[in-house]
Amino acid sequence: MPGVEGFMYPNEVELQWSVLIVLYPFLTGLVAGAFILASLERVFQVEAVKPTYRLALLTALSFLLVAPLPLQLHLGHPERSYEMYLTPHKTSAMAMFGFVYLWYLMAVLVFEIWLDYRRDIVVLSQSTTGWKRLIYRVMTLGSSNISEHALHVDERVGWVITLIGIPSAFLLHGYVGFIFGSIKANPWWSTPLMPVVFIFSAMVSGIAAVMLLYMLATWLRKQTIDMRCVDTIASYLLYTFIIDFSLEMLDLIHRIYESDESFRSLDFMVHTKLYMSHIVVQIIFGTVTPIALLFLTQVLRLGEMARKRIYALAGCLTLIGIFAMRWNVVIGGQLFSKSFLGYTTYKMSLITREGLLVAIVLTILPLGILWVLVKLLPPWPEKKSGVLAGAAPAH
Amino acid sequence: MSVTRRHILLLLPAAAVAWKHVLAGTPEVSPNYKLSEHWWSMLIDLPKCIGCGNCVRACQTENDVPDGYFRTWVERYHVTDYDIENPHVDSPDGAKEGFPPSKEKGGKNFFVPKMCNHCADSPCTQVCPVGATFIAPDGVVLVDKKYCLGCRYCVQACPYGCRFINPQTMTAEKCTLCYHRITKGLTTACCEACPTGARQLADLKNPNDPIHEFLKTHNVQVLKPYMATHAKLFYNDLDGSVR
Repeated sequence: MPGVEGFMYPNEVELQWSVLIVLYPFLTGLVAGAFILASLERVFQVEAVKPTYRLALLTALSFLLVAPLPLQLHLGHPERSYEMYLTPHKTSAMAMFGFVYLWYLMAVLVFEIWLDYRRDIVVLSQSTTGWKRLIYRVMTLGSSNISEHALHVDERVGWVITLIGIPSAFLLHGYVGFIFGSIKANPWWSTPLMPVVFIFSAMVSGIAAVMLLYMLATWLRKQTIDMRCVDTIASYLLYTFIIDFSLEMLDLIHRIYESDESFRSLDFMVHTKLYMSHIVVQIIFGTVTPIALLFLTQVLRLGEMARKRIYALAGCLTLIGIFAMRWNVVIGGQLFSKSFLGYTTYKMSLITREGLLVAIVLTILPLGILWVLVKLLPPWPEKKSGVLAGAAPAH
Repeated sequence: MSVTRRHILLLLPAAAVAWKHVLAGTPEVSPNYKLSEHWWSMLIDLPKCIGCGNCVRACQTENDVPDGYFRTWVERYHVTDYDIENPHVDSPDGAKEGFPPSKEKGGKNFFVPKMCNHCADSPCTQVCPVGATFIAPDGVVLVDKKYCLGCRYCVQACPYGCRFINPQTMTAEKCTLCYHRITKGLTTACCEACPTGARQLADLKNPNDPIHEFLKTHNVQVLKPYMATHAKLFYNDLDGSVR
């Protein structure tokens, strides 16, 4: 049979989860990571990362809005997906997706952004004209009270929401890891470390994405990059990355040392079909290289320009590495037979419902949404004291 | 307390959800069939299997299984003396047309029919997000096609590779133990087509079923017992290399 080496159970030849299911944990990971970075400023009072606070929240929202799309496109019957809300099966890890998603979207992210921007929205609803005024008036939700007391209440509630948001972000992505980690039939997935690895890799990707977006946006706006901010974010990226890499290595070493019945099959797969995406892209280029680059910025006295370039390169490599990690989990977990006697091949189509083109569109779409959100709700510090005079954030 | 329009509006969604629960997971059975009186399983007597593929063809015809997908299939194992843990296995087109003569020399050859194990603790049922896959009270694992989302989580969760997504209905599909037949007192298509009696439908709740005597007197095992799925597909004389 073409694309098959050794023996696969006949129904295993075709892969069930495509590149769209690779995108799903990648997108939710960016959401969780970006939110956790934003929470640092709010809850732990890390002043240095303040310039990225609002950008991180808007980034999280943009990616979260797109996160269910790959799932929806992947379903055999997307028109039935509402059944997960009506009759969730309580023993299914996947059944909770709709609830976790809605909770995180509405109770955490949208609420926190609204509270944080409420003052700006009220001011904008009065200072703008035409359709923009209409949009801002709708966004005030009928609340135009921006008295000192009201803003103080906003700040307190916002703080509580952030506090609830941190475990929610962990829940959102840890839960995605659990979907894979709880499949006992698949030894490549089945490990209690999976949710933990997913959370830390999510933080890594989210921090890298916000850092890159901040640098890119500042450059596009011809403003000066706040190096204290970027340096701090880069150091967080390094520390989180070290934890993430240690966990992944722990998993790897454990598998090698135990060498259970699946090891021979999985080891062969990693050295053949997954060699490029796992060893080369994920580990060498996507993990070891950015960690080494970020480590250099910590031990060497490098100039500002050199640091910026290193951060940009390390950030890009990190995102590629985390995407490769998602790829290797989702696709890698389906390339070998549960008989451990053979391997199949993933043939990605180009222009189908689950093809490459759709995957590219779904990757770019959050950036488009972010662009609109940034235009609508400018996250830049100088906008608070400039255009929106007297519309500084509540905290 | 008077019932107002507001009360009714509040109750409607709850009633809709309750009705959905009632509709989900109800197998269609014949009028005289009592679900609680049966606990279905199957016995596969491996030494009797000749790898003719009759069962595969009968299943495909009976259940309109699309080409390239299998509710049941037959594997041919070749185990050599010097590497009993790594057998050579083939199953050309699920053995729909049987097997070509073996080219393997030495060692031993035998056939292993495979299908859904109708596990009592089935991982596929556990993971279904809407309960479209369920264990009927008579022990048969079934899929409600009108309810399945086609998320494929159950396909991933099955340790035996018994499930697939039907490309026509885009829903999960697998062996139903010919539910439309067994609830009318018939046997499955594969059992009926087997020329050697290697497959025997068995009802564990029927005290007169020969399965009880067979289980007592033979070396019977299930596939992948370490998966703790409580599979009900019993294999007589199962070789340790089979996975």
